[in-house]
Amino acid sequence: MEYQKYIEGRKAVITCKNVCKEFDIRDRKQAGSFRVIDDLSLSIYENEFVVLFGPGECGKTSAINILSGLDRPTAGSVFQGDTQITRPGIERGVVYQSIALFPWLTVMGNVEFGPKARGIDRTQSRKRAQELINLVGLQGFENAFPISLSGGMRQRVGIARAYANDPEVLFMDEPFGALDAQTRYMMEEEILRIYEHEKRTVVFVTNNIEEAVFLADRIILLKSCPTSVKQEYIIDLERPRSYTAPRFLEIRQKITRDMDKAL
Amino acid sequence: MKKDFFSKYTVISIISVTLFFVIWYVLTAKMMIVPAYVMPDPLKVFGALLRKFTVKTPDGATLGSHIAASLQVALMGFGFGTGLGVPLGILMAWYKTVDRVARPIFDFLRPIPPIAWIPVMILWLGIGTEARAAVIFMSAFIPNVINSYTGIQQTSQVHIWVGRTFGASDFELLTRVAIPSALPNIFTGMRLSLGTSWVSLVSAEMLASTRGLGYMIQIGRQFSRTDLVLAGMIAIGILGGLLAVILEKVENRIVKGRQGYGK
Ligand SMILES: Nc1ncnc2c1ncn2[C@@H]1O[C@H](COP(=O)(O)OP(=O)(O)OP(=O)(O)O)[C@@H](O)[C@H]1O
Ligand SMILES: [Mg+2]
Repeated sequence: MEYQKYIEGRKAVITCKNVCKEFDIRDRKQAGSFRVIDDLSLSIYENEFVVLFGPGECGKTSAINILSGLDRPTAGSVFQGDTQITRPGIERGVVYQSIALFPWLTVMGNVEFGPKARGIDRTQSRKRAQELINLVGLQGFENAFPISLSGGMRQRVGIARAYANDPEVLFMDEPFGALDAQTRYMMEEEILRIYEHEKRTVVFVTNNIEEAVFLADRIILLKSCPTSVKQEYIIDLERPRSYTAPRFLEIRQKITRDMDKAL
Repeated sequence: MKKDFFSKYTVISIISVTLFFVIWYVLTAKMMIVPAYVMPDPLKVFGALLRKFTVKTPDGATLGSHIAASLQVALMGFGFGTGLGVPLGILMAWYKTVDRVARPIFDFLRPIPPIAWIPVMILWLGIGTEARAAVIFMSAFIPNVINSYTGIQQTSQVHIWVGRTFGASDFELLTRVAIPSALPNIFTGMRLSLGTSWVSLVSAEMLASTRGLGYMIQIGRQFSRTDLVLAGMIAIGILGGLLAVILEKVENRIVKGRQGYGK
């Protein structure tokens, strides 16, 4: 059907097989283990823009941490191509929910951090960093410290920093969650522009349905905690998309109907 | 951010300081509520302070050489206390083994007030420079260890994640993430250390010295020279303040982009 046609001829970049994640809980009422992810299986294909869409607290960040290698699953496995992901690596970039720029470094210092840690030649890493700063629209702010930037600008730096190591896959964990609605709309357009310019596989996490439908080639709907895949949707709308087009609203409505209301 | 030197608050401070000296002057020189040998008026005290730059009586040295002696010992003790305390605090926080080895000893030394070391240091090292430097070392060492330790421990988990996704090794995480992020705490430790160093310096000089501002005050007391005692106290206050200002300037050059540090 539709999904089969969509994946035809596409190379899987990330394959996640039967992943479970349990946390040991000691500081809550009932001690023991707390299951956050329950049998999560999914594939991410080359150069697609996938949105992981799920209710708040369902385990999205936990899932991203496992897919990016920061955390190990309790059961199951994750592969990038043919190699199992067991720890973080430069092939997978992450934009964190809390942005987490290094406050002691300037915009340039933050974007250059990755290439420098990798030991890339200075002039070359500087050139690439400048290119990315221009791409996210922050030329002129190279020497500013994060403390003096607005939320939207900080998130742009976070995105440029994640791109700087030229990862094969980029994970973005609710990057616009803390922004006001207007800045958010603007950043959604920006991220698509950047995506078109620097084609990479993007795994984008959100709990905002409008954002999901606006951005995604494919939406993976997650269940509430403990999470796993509930449903997948191919979004074949032309870009640029309009938030108010009838087809847009129709898809949005359909997914809203399918999602878990519990919580 | 440029400070307006003649802002409202500067004026208020100047008025308050002036008022303090005027009241002091009126109470002593005009109303003579106490005899001059108990409390001399401010002009006499400042006169004694200025004259002491050239006069060697009653303690055998000019103010300049007392200051030089005090500064030399203070900076030596503070330098070693910081040079060893900061790295130890960092290593204790980062490496569990170092923590296990050093902590029991450190926790035992920690509650001992620095001046309690004076007698034993005199017994071990005599009343020369070494004994005083050793006492000051103890005063500077402890706050440096504690604050560096806390600073490293407070490194944000997400900052560590970012470092790891950029492929930084454990040692690189320490030098490129944890230490920069701990710098404000490290400097807090240095500021506290400088304060306690200066305090215990004067105590040490009163008990075990033949030179230095503390010694000068001690001799002034023996000769009932209240003007010299007060002049010595003023010199100690001014120098202590100057050292703190210098450290703050260094801090502002090194620590950037944080709340409360100019841009
Ligand atoms: N290290 C941990 N130890 C214990 N419990 C954890 C840990 N990390 C996450 N959890 C729990 O797992 C659940 C899911 O957390 P997670 O952060 O993955 O959700 P999320 O979907 O990203 O939430 P949000 O929408 O708020 O970002 C939460 O109940 C959380 O308390
Ligand atoms: Mg989250």
